[in-house]
Amino acid sequence: MPSRPKILLADDDPDLLELYRELLTRLPSQPEIRLANSGLKALALLEEEPFHLFICDLKMPRMDGLQVLAVVRRKYPQLRTVVLTALTDEQLRSRVYALGVDLYWQKPGNEQEVQLFLDCLESLLSREAEGGFRGVQSKSLVDIIQLECLSQNSTLLRITHGPLTGRIWILGGELVDAETEGLVGEEAFARILSWKSGTFEQLPPEPDRPRRIFKSYNALLLETAQAMDESDAAAPAVVEPERVTPPSPMEQIAAMEGVDCVLHFGRAEGSPAESRGAETPEVALQWARRTLDRFQHMGERLAVGPLQDIEVSSWQQHVGLAPVGEGGLLMGWLGRQPPGRVAEQLRKAAALLHP
Amino acid sequence: MKWFRKTVSALRPLPAGSFTVDRNGHLLASTLPSDYPVSLVRELGLHVLTTFREARTAGLSVTDLVVRYQGLKIAARELRGGAIIFVFPQTPFNSAS
Repeated sequence: MPSRPKILLADDDPDLLELYRELLTRLPSQPEIRLANSGLKALALLEEEPFHLFICDLKMPRMDGLQVLAVVRRKYPQLRTVVLTALTDEQLRSRVYALGVDLYWQKPGNEQEVQLFLDCLESLLSREAEGGFRGVQSKSLVDIIQLECLSQNSTLLRITHGPLTGRIWILGGELVDAETEGLVGEEAFARILSWKSGTFEQLPPEPDRPRRIFKSYNALLLETAQAMDESDAAAPAVVEPERVTPPSPMEQIAAMEGVDCVLHFGRAEGSPAESRGAETPEVALQWARRTLDRFQHMGERLAVGPLQDIEVSSWQQHVGLAPVGEGGLLMGWLGRQPPGRVAEQLRKAAALLHP
Repeated sequence: MKWFRKTVSALRPLPAGSFTVDRNGHLLASTLPSDYPVSLVRELGLHVLTTFREARTAGLSVTDLVVRYQGLKIAARELRGGAIIFVFPQTPFNSAS
């Protein structure tokens, strides 16, 4: 894996989130770990940045794990998903697997189980790096089609590759038709086979599908493989460039240790705001603007110098607020932070935004 | 001969101490200097209560508030709808806290 994998962990219990964050740092691939204390928060984070693995609790308020996973599987079919739960219901486990989740794991109870869990996660992350089609791990699409044809099956394979979807019709072990991106028949088949990874599902066969592919599957697979080899050989070796642009200040702030959400905003009503990880940025924005205004005004009345920062906290969460240039900055953490940490991170963040 | 009379404006000392307010912002008890303007103390109490109330509306379940100015630190804790509020003047020797 060229860069550190990113794991998103969703659980409503802040103590468990911290505990699992510590555990996950033991993974040999040294993943970047982001935390979400609700399903909505997890979806907001997934919307903002790509992740390699999503670990989700099932029992969460407002939006439970099954609801979150249903959305995640539909919107991010390539994302590996793991359910980590204390529930031991067989039916629930079946429902989770029916959603296409990669792993259903009971919360580990001892050190041995923890190690087993970490081994499974590392294995999932390495599969992500190798590619392959979900459902039959480490098998190429060619393998899957050969399996279907050799067993003389009738099926409709629906293959998803990022935003692209393709279909391959197999009847009685014969390739009948394929379709993707406006292409049909052999062209569509060749295009689908060029995808290196994705997900597939088997749908009921459609016996009435008109035949557009007349070659045998062996011949077609051979031709397609040759064409792909030739195009690979002809194409200059393209080395994917390393990302050279440094992360934006907001990305750097969001990646600070323990930071759960960030909101950088202009002070005037209607001025632009940028957020990372905030569940309901509009509501937070209103509160942040009003609170900053209130205490800046209070500072003037008390004649105690400029406002430096504001912290609000409980055992569940900690929020810091500071004026930055002409605007303001709100940062959130899960759980109460040690004294001094919030002010220090606010200062660092303000320096990044307003050097 | 003095052409101008020298006037010395009285500098109001920074408040130091604590006070409690009820849920309506009424001052219940205070250890602040008795000459410190009560109107300012009440205003601060109301601002603290409003901040807690609006935080709840915004989905933040918080019980503690710290506001740091260059010259003063305010620490407040919500108490059954009211609040206890501490004010500490900040000097170069204690401003890190």
